Order: sequence, then structure tokens, then C-alpha cells
Amino acid sequence: MSQPIIEVVNVGKSFQKGDRQELLVLENINLKMYEGEIIAILGKSGSGKSTLMRIISGLIEPSLGKVNYRGHEVHGPARGISMVFQTFALLPWLTVLQNVELGLEAIGLDRIERRERSLKAIDMIGLDGFESALPKELSGGMRQRVGFARALVVNPDILLMDEPFSALDVLTADNLKSDLIDLWQSKQTGLNGILFVTHSIEEAVAIADRIIIFNSNPGSIRADLKVTLPYPRSDLDPRFRNQVDRVYTLMTTQPQEDRMEIGDKYKPIDLAYRLPEASVAEITGLLELLNSPEHQGKMDLPDVSDTLDLNIDDLFPLTELLEILHFAKVSKGDITITDEGKAFADEDILERKKIFSIQLKRYVPLARYIYDQLIRHPRHRALEENFLALLEDSVSEAEAERVLRTVIEWGRYAELFAYDYNSGVLSLENPH
Amino acid sequence: MSIIRTTFMTAYRAKWRPNYWDVLALVFVLAVIGLLAWNAKQMATPYEIGQVTPISLNPNVLPFYACRTVVRMLIAMAVSLLFTFIFGTWAAKSYRAERLIVPMIDVLQSVPILGFLSVTVAGFIGLFHGSMLGPECAAIFAIFTSQAWNMALGFYQTVKSVPTEVEEAALMYHLSPWQRFWRISVPFSMPGLLWNAMASMSAGWFYVVAAEAITVSNQQILLPGIGSYIATAIQAANMSAIVYAILTMFIVIIIYDQLLFRPLVAWSEKFKAEQQATEKTELPWVIHLFRRTRVVRLAGRQLARLFDAFVNIRVFRTKKVIIKKFSERKNSEWWWSIFWDIATIMLGVLASVFLAIYIFNNLSLAEINNVLVLGLITTLRVFILIIISSLIWVPIGVWIGLRPRAAQIAQPVAQILAAFPANLLYPFIVVFIVTYHLNPNIWLTPLMILGAQWYILFNVIAGTSTIPQDLLQVADNLGVVGWLRWKRFLLPTVFPYYVTGAITAAGGAWNASIVAEVASWGKVHLTASGLGAYISKYTMTGNFSHIALGIGMMCLLVLIANRLIWRPLYVYATNRFLLE
Repeated sequence: MSQPIIEVVNVGKSFQKGDRQELLVLENINLKMYEGEIIAILGKSGSGKSTLMRIISGLIEPSLGKVNYRGHEVHGPARGISMVFQTFALLPWLTVLQNVELGLEAIGLDRIERRERSLKAIDMIGLDGFESALPKELSGGMRQRVGFARALVVNPDILLMDEPFSALDVLTADNLKSDLIDLWQSKQTGLNGILFVTHSIEEAVAIADRIIIFNSNPGSIRADLKVTLPYPRSDLDPRFRNQVDRVYTLMTTQPQEDRMEIGDKYKPIDLAYRLPEASVAEITGLLELLNSPEHQGKMDLPDVSDTLDLNIDDLFPLTELLEILHFAKVSKGDITITDEGKAFADEDILERKKIFSIQLKRYVPLARYIYDQLIRHPRHRALEENFLALLEDSVSEAEAERVLRTVIEWGRYAELFAYDYNSGVLSLENPH
Repeated sequence: MSIIRTTFMTAYRAKWRPNYWDVLALVFVLAVIGLLAWNAKQMATPYEIGQVTPISLNPNVLPFYACRTVVRMLIAMAVSLLFTFIFGTWAAKSYRAERLIVPMIDVLQSVPILGFLSVTVAGFIGLFHGSMLGPECAAIFAIFTSQAWNMALGFYQTVKSVPTEVEEAALMYHLSPWQRFWRISVPFSMPGLLWNAMASMSAGWFYVVAAEAITVSNQQILLPGIGSYIATAIQAANMSAIVYAILTMFIVIIIYDQLLFRPLVAWSEKFKAEQQATEKTELPWVIHLFRRTRVVRLAGRQLARLFDAFVNIRVFRTKKVIIKKFSERKNSEWWWSIFWDIATIMLGVLASVFLAIYIFNNLSLAEINNVLVLGLITTLRVFILIIISSLIWVPIGVWIGLRPRAAQIAQPVAQILAAFPANLLYPFIVVFIVTYHLNPNIWLTPLMILGAQWYILFNVIAGTSTIPQDLLQVADNLGVVGWLRWKRFLLPTVFPYYVTGAITAAGGAWNASIVAEVASWGKVHLTASGLGAYISKYTMTGNFSHIALGIGMMCLLVLIANRLIWRPLYVYATNRFLLE
């Protein structure tokens, strides 16, 4: 094949945290994008995929390695690369036309040419009639169309998209996706490549010719697979379902799993483990679904995702918590309920609390640690700051906060400990 | 900008013929220009120290005095805006500048505004020797200090809170820093900035009136304006002149409210970054006037083009955004930060050494002690006043807030009352005290809160009207009435707003203490012992070290009260009680 348009070479990124510590978010990324490709970067939230996109765009500089765009190293936003944002990033006081004109204004085109090109872009993206509307008058889908028009009006070589459809409802997103693919195939845009970040497996399979699957903590490339289905792709097509299944399997298979013995299939977690953001109500719902007679304790993950209308960012934290608590086991794209999980699903609310409490103490070291500290303390009280400080040794401040909130919610449900919002005090007994 | 675009499109008749609205608007605009020109000429008249400017008590000259006062306000506002743009942006964009500018402004905010006047007036007179511009600048500077700090802080905060994705989009589409400032920072902060500017302006009336007539080193300087008119009337014990002045001021404030405040705030609505289209609010009549006026509209369109050209001016256009290589940047930044840290530490050490030497050379420990006691007396006054006015205005505010119709009437009235310079009303109370031989230590105290109490009222009204209807229905449904209703529903929801109002009111009361603790009527002079009276006394005799001590002490007390009481209270209130 010819020269790559974009070449990511050994890129790593770490963010400064506190005085001396650094938080590694990307490690050893190598990626080449060729003429005419649509690449999807797929990963869980917090896997660093958005950071990678911002490094490619030149918005942030990598800590290690480099990015080449058409043979030149990228330092700062390059002409020829456009970007579409998750939250649209429109200026609310400018009309649609003025928003689209912004990029042309910046490069110093005169009024008339600016207007002419903008109107053309607005027509192309299907916004004609809305030129003088303000963004707040438009629906989410229309707003993102403005985002596309603004990106395309500068005649970009490459389009970067950061979760462009995730703020839209399903129907609107589908509509916009198919319009985008039509536009791409009709070649009226002059685009030579599209690279987008997503956390939806279906979206990646529906749009991309290549899917790069990301690992979390730190972000790295787990797999790079080609999708060769012809457009338009229907999600009812068995080949499409097949692809989706393949991606699920790739995403839920731990790389080291093959080497492990069967008996030791749960990965143990440590004290500062970044606990998944999942609520008890959600995992209860999922367990009940698994336990229902029609599923007999086992389900295909894409199925779960469809049934509950959850994307992977919502689903994977749930399955992760189920695995941590030994309530279910995920392997090769399937989820299977365990005996404990079944017992939990079968019982009434008081018994459930008991089972949950036992599993929590046994398998979540942080919960056990807090509980032990409270038991040991003469008045059975402790300040949340102590635990936050402990967590902050290994994760960022915000993440420490989130992890503690999560474990407090579980601990409250399990009646392991109580927490007072105003004073930030954890205690053994309930205050009332 | 695009307000003009939209108004242009609402005019479906494209005939180009001036209508009668045009005439009205034209007269209006010309009048404003004429006034400004006349004022500029008046300001530069010659002046020597000791020279007595004659202030006439004839009510016919009052409109001219009012104009002079207004122009002082507007000039100060323009300077404040410039200050805001420069320092607000600098603090928001540079991490190092931020660490210096933000605490600095925070401290400056707690310096009593009239204190600035006492310190700077001599300097300005020296600077513009032999011209009225000296005292004129001192007065304007005092007003500037009452406006600039909160505007700059508000601007800095909004610029910092611009969504990252919008900033990134601006970088991706190669907007230059100049374009980013005018296209993103300024519009994003427009509603907050205007609101702050207007609030500052309301507070500014108080200081402009106080700053026009000032005695420095036993020399009375009277700048032509409403403040001097009042001061002269007080000396002459002329009650009817005072009533005229109050009437004039009311008219000025109502005009300012109708012509400037309301149209601008309505206009700034469009910059609100909310994502939903809200229901349209009633537009002020001035905006209607301008929308119906063809010539003005066309002029507006030309202005919009001019603004576009200004923003896209070639000099400031971006060539290429280059982000420095990580390794290089790390190195150079390291050197910078070392240099910066050393420089700030040196500056701090120098300042403390200077302060220590100054204090030990000029002031005795007993004096410092004395000032501390006076300061505590004034602090006590402020707190008692806040408690009393809260007891009065919170129930009334809640009562009004629960009745939308009453709120619609009361809210603008409270705003106008807050803008009205309360010092114009002092003579009434002083006459009252003199007639009945009351104790000034107690009876001068309410003067401090006279202007500031309205902040409590209208914040409480605003807070009450945010209580969701379903919460009130729940209260009705559960039969929660009487004290329980106040305790569980009304007070908690209003609390965050009340705290905001109380903070503003306390700040206002501190500032007012300098003029409120001393009062006179004709030949009678009343003094309440307190820090304000202390500063005011030494300003008159021109004793710089005592003024500095008094101001320093007040500054310290305000800072301590803010840190120990108001800020924690505010954080608690917003965390716990603010409805989302």
C-alpha cells in the first residue's frame, strides 16, 4: 500500500499527578492510517482513546513517541485535520451559518467567499432552511449536523470524530450515521480518511473498515481487525451479528486467560483497584434477567446489551462487578451466573443484603479494609480523608473520590457501614 | 452583532425610509453625544489646591450636576472593563499570573473603597497639577475600585469555565488568541459580566456621591455633582435642597435602570449558554424602540461589520498554532517557574520588611491596640445589623417570593432601592438624632445597612421563586404548616441565596461605615466610635500613617470574617441546600 496518511509511532502519554507521581494513560501505541480508511477506536470509558485522538489532532503533545501527518511530525493542530466533538462544541450565540463560518473566518477568507462555501456545506449536510437558527432551537441531531458542516466546510483531508453520536438518541444517531456514510461514498467531501472514537460496538461495526480495540489502564491496543462488509450494513444481517460477537469476545477475553488454570479464573483485585461504577440495583436487575427461566443462567453479551439497551460503557462495569463479587463469570462473549449469584437472585431483600455483605467483605479488599478499620477504632468511626489519601497513592484524585463513593454505596446497601455526608465520617452503626 | 441580524430579519418591509421611531432614536443618540462632549470640557477646568469650587444650591443646576456624576460613573465603568479584560484573561490563561492576581483581587475587594480615595487623592492632585483632572481622577479611581474587582473575578471564572471542547474546537479551526478572546471568552462571559457590571454600577452610586465631596488635609474639595450638592446642603442645613437632590437622584437611577440596565441585560440573554430554547421574556421598551428604527438598525449592521473586521484584523490572525515539544517545554518551564517563585518570594519579603519598618517608625503599639478595639466595635455593628435586617427581610422576602405577582413588582423596586445611594438619606436620620438628642453610638449604626439591606431582600425573593411547585404541593399535601413549614421547606431552600445576599450586604455595610459613623447637620457633628469614624477623621486631617493603619485593620477584619464565617457558610449552603 502507499504511504500512510497518519502514522502514530510508539506514543505514550502520562499526566502529572501531584508532586512526583505520574498517571500513565497511554502506552506504546502504534497505528497507521491509509488513504480511504474509516477507523474506529473502540474501548471502555477511561481507556485513553479520546486522549489518543487529541494527540493525533495535535491538541495535546505525547509524552513519548510522535505522530506524523503526511510525513510531517504533528506539533499543534494541523491544517487539513478537522474534528467533530461529542458535545458538538457550538457557540450558542451564533447562528448555524455563523457557526459554520467560524473556521473560514479564522483562516481569513473574505465575507462573500465565506458565506458561499458555508451555504454549500450546510446544503450538503442537510441543514438548508436552518441557516439563521440558533443552536438552542435545534435538536441534538441537527446540532451535530452543524458540527459536521463546520468540520467539512474547511475541506479537510481527514475527519476526526470524538464519540460523535453518543449524545444522540438511537434513531437520530442511525439517521446521521447513514447520511455520513452516504456522504463518504459519494466522495463530494474530498475526505481521505475518517478516524473516530466510540464505545459502541455496533456503531464501530456499522461504520468502520478497521476497528482498533483498546485495553484500559493504561490504554494500549489489544486488537486491530478489519470489517469487510459492504455498505449499507444492516444490524439484522447475520454477518453483522457475527462481527459484533467477535468484537465482544475480543473485548471480554483477558489476554492472559488462556495461560491460567480453570479453577483460578477470577482475577483477584487489590485495595486500590478502580472499582467499576455499578449500582446494586443494576446488578440485581441483571442477575434477575440471567436467572429468569428463559435464559437459564447464561446469556450472550450482545444479547444482554440489546435486551437492556446498554452500551458497553454501561454494561461492562456491571459485568465486572458481578465477576468481582463472584456472582457471574464472563468468558468469550458470554455471561454465566454462579451459585452465589443464583442464591442472591432467588432470595428476598434482607437475605440479599446478607449475601451481598459476605461477598463484599470477601472479595472487595477496600470494603473489607474500611470495615476492619471501623471495627478496630474505639468509637467505630473514621474520616473519609484517610481512605481517600490511601487511594490517591495509586489513582488520580477524582478517581479516588469516585471509587470511595462507589464502595460507600455498596457498603451502605450491605449495612457494613454508615456514612455522614456533612461531616465525611464513616461509622459502624447507623446514626439513627 | 447578531442581535442586529435577527432584528433586521424581523423587519419584513424593506423600504428604506426613516420612520418616526428614527427621529426619536436619533435625537436620543445626539443628546448623549452632546452631553459627553460638554462634560469632557468641564472636567479639564483649572484648579488649585485650596481653591473653593462654588456649589450652587439652586435646584435648576441639579440636572447638570447629575450629568457630571453620571459621566464619572461611565468613565470608571470603561476603565473597569479594560482592567477586567486584561487581568481577567491573564489570570485565566496563565497559571502563574493566576496564583498572584486572584488572591490579590480577593484582598483588594476587602479594602474599603473610600479608603482608596483617602490614599490616592493627594497623588492624583500632584499628577495633574493645576487642573480639575486631579480630584476628578481620584473620584473616578474610587468608583473604579468599587466596580473592577468583582467584574474581573467574574470574568476570570467564566473564561475558566468555557467548556474544554469549545476551546479545542477553536484551536482545531485555527482561531488566533485575539479571535478566541472576542469570539469565545467575551461572549461566554457576557451575561455574567454585564450582570456584575450593573451590580457594580448600582453600588457605585454610593461611592460617587461620597467621593465628590471629600476633605483631605483640612482642604475640602468639591467636584460639581450631586454628592457635592448634598454636602453643601448639609453644611447649610438646607432641607429643601436635600429633598431636591434626592428627587434628582431617583430620576437618574430610574433612567439608568430603564435605558441601560434592562436593555443590556435583556440583550445579554442570548449569550446564555443554555442548551434549551427558553420562553421569551418581555423585552424592555428601549429594545423595541431600536428594533423598530430603520436607521439605527442599519447603523447597527455597519457596527456589526466593523466589529467583525476588528476581530478578524490581519495583524492578530493566526499563522500557525505550534505547541512546543514536550521535552523543550518542560525544560524552559522549569526555569521559568524557579525564576517566578524567587521573584514572588523576594517581593513578599520586601513588602513585609517595608511594612514592619513603616509601622514601627510611625505607630505605637497602643495605637494599634486602640484601632483593633475600634475595629471590633464596627465588626459587632455589622453583625448585629445583618442579624436585624435578616429578621426583617427574610420573612418579607419569602412572602413576596411565593407570590409571583408581588415578586414581579417588588424585584425591580428592590433593585432600584439597592442602586439608590443611601448616603443621600443620611441627613434625615441625623436631623432626627439631633432633634431628639439620641445616642449617636446606637442611632448612627442603622445608616450602615441602609443601602445594603436590599441585597438580602432581593436575593431571598429570587431564592424563594426557585422553589419548585411540586415541593410546595408536597408540603400542602402532608399538611406541613406553620413553623415546621419554614424549618423544613422554606428556609433551607432560600438559605444559599440568603447567604449570597448577606455576604454582599455585610461588604456594603463595612464600606459604608466610613461615611456612616460620622455625620453632620449644619454645625452639629455626630460621631459614633468605630473604625469607620477613625479612618474618616484621619482622612480629614491628612494623617497618612493613621489612615493606612485604619484601612489595613479594616481589610484584615473583613478578610478574617470572610474566611472564617462567610466562605464556609457559603460552601455549606451551596453543597447542602442548593436545589439542582
